[in-house]
Amino acid sequence: MVNNTSPEGLRKLYTTMLTIRRLEERLGELVEQREIQCPTHLYIGQEAVAAGVCANLKPTDWVFSNHRNHGHYIAKGGDLKALVAECYVKSTGASRGRGGSMHPAQPEMGLPGSPAILSGSLPLAVGAALAFRLQGKDSVAVVFFGDGATNEGVFYESLNLASLKKLPVVFICENNLYATHMPVGACLANTELYRKAAAFCIPGLRIDGNNVVEVYKESGKAIAAARRGRGPTLLECMTYRWRGHVGPSTDVDRGLRSQAELDAWMARCPVDAAERLLKEKGGLTDAEKAAIEENIAAEIEAAVTFARRSPYPDDKELLTDVFKEGKCR
Amino acid sequence: MRTIPYVQAINETLHQAIAGDERVFLIGAGVTTPWYVGGTTVGLLDRFGPERIIDTPVSENAVTGAAIGAALAGMRPILMHSRMDFMFYAMDQIANQAANWYYMFGGQLSVPLTIWAIVNRGGEQAAQHSQSLQAMFTHIPGLKVVMPATPYDAKGLLLASIADDNPVIYIDDRWLYEKTGEVPEEMFTVPLGKGIVRKDGKDVTLVATSYLVTEAIKAAATLEKEGIDVELIDPRSLKPLDEDLLLKSVKKTGRLVIADGGWKTAGIGAELAALAVEKAFKYLKSPVGRVSLPDAPAPASPTLEKRYYPDADSIAASVREILKS
Repeated sequence: MVNNTSPEGLRKLYTTMLTIRRLEERLGELVEQREIQCPTHLYIGQEAVAAGVCANLKPTDWVFSNHRNHGHYIAKGGDLKALVAECYVKSTGASRGRGGSMHPAQPEMGLPGSPAILSGSLPLAVGAALAFRLQGKDSVAVVFFGDGATNEGVFYESLNLASLKKLPVVFICENNLYATHMPVGACLANTELYRKAAAFCIPGLRIDGNNVVEVYKESGKAIAAARRGRGPTLLECMTYRWRGHVGPSTDVDRGLRSQAELDAWMARCPVDAAERLLKEKGGLTDAEKAAIEENIAAEIEAAVTFARRSPYPDDKELLTDVFKEGKCR
Repeated sequence: MRTIPYVQAINETLHQAIAGDERVFLIGAGVTTPWYVGGTTVGLLDRFGPERIIDTPVSENAVTGAAIGAALAGMRPILMHSRMDFMFYAMDQIANQAANWYYMFGGQLSVPLTIWAIVNRGGEQAAQHSQSLQAMFTHIPGLKVVMPATPYDAKGLLLASIADDNPVIYIDDRWLYEKTGEVPEEMFTVPLGKGIVRKDGKDVTLVATSYLVTEAIKAAATLEKEGIDVELIDPRSLKPLDEDLLLKSVKKTGRLVIADGGWKTAGIGAELAALAVEKAFKYLKSPVGRVSLPDAPAPASPTLEKRYYPDADSIAASVREILKS
């Protein structure tokens, strides 16, 4: 792994973030055009969290994600074509058209899958961490979830179990201030989510989730601690999703939040911030930026073309894979 | 072959399975306490240590999720729920995660998990410490469900469940724990989805599950004295179900009674009766009989409990009833 605060590392982080941004913008258009029809939850505005955390991970580390998973999937090294094809629910998709936008998986890249029910992924990550320890591996399990997920009882059960058994798992809470339609203040008695870690005797930290370097450094410490057998950390990354809960609209039109609030957060764009930093510390030129944009656009368009040209699953496959056939591996 | 109690068959199986495969471990609330698990886990902690015999907080939801996560990551956990009643806390993990994972992610990672679900009823324990929820789990695609009735099957089905690549609900009734039977010492499997004819007969097919196989054997003996020749089938697996065995018998006898220890409405009896109607209708000579729990929560008082749980008498009564019609 490179040091991601070096110019080379910053460039990688920036490229990852920009890839996620452009992909999500494109997917938003395709949803508006009804080319993509499955429920699609866009990650625009939160890119620094996925990029910063996953830059600390090896392919053998596992990431459990959620319904808003495209950023995690890309940052962890998942195949872009397979992701877009899964959004098109085609047979070439990451989950062969069975899961859609909410459920792409690529286990060989450490992406075992993303449950779409709040907090359901937390104990799974705890269990994967338990398996890693029993297997004598130094792998770490990371789980991304939102502020809303902390209202589920299993959030507390999972933190307790992970702390009790000192397991190599890192809990990344992306506090984007909204649980679907509901502002955090309307559904959380204590909106300082990081403080919940203290109840389970594990480190809890609130950081600027729009600052990719801060995310990279702080999650790096938590991941390294987990890898060294020091147990879990709860990292609360303050961020904001620019689009609504699901689909491309902003939810401003539906009266769920104000344009002023959205504007204020858009002025704190994590991708622009990373770009400024890279210009300043890494000497990114306008020509280089244009080349990066061009590469990303070409990659995304190739993925869209691939998805469009791919067939839907054969309807004869409806009942295959309900069970895995055969005996013990 | 040696004869051992059912409880010892389970204990021996756990010892052998955990010793024989480093991916197998036991996890659950109470796995080290004798009063939760009736002696089935004796000696495991001393032999394998707390890393592989993991007693947990009472957090059924998270612990079930952790077992699923470990299974995804290459282990083959045995997850113990000391009473099925407590599994409602874990339904999200069982029904939404474990059951769907393999299909929903396009046949990539499966969940090789055995959920050892114990039925612990009677003894004035009332409605929240008594339930038999096999029908609920059998309903869900992606879960296999087995119910041993003998010490032999307790061992063979448990080993088959552990070896299976999918989530298996292994339902174990503590009323069977003292029952003795022949069990090979070496490891063997009873294939999931294979039922067994416990007694050949020609007049009526009696399907019984789990503990009610014991009661059905008594009922069949009583009925034999009355000149009624019962064919007794123990499906052993509810999913996959040995349809061929059941239908072959129904086609032979033309009559069907199902005895299952769950509730009546939308229960196992309803499912098997529907199967017979769908696939062997023209062979049926009389209405199908169902022996089950009444549609009521489990009571505490012994007078009520006695009426609540079906037994040999209620099974025999149901057989006589359908033979009259």
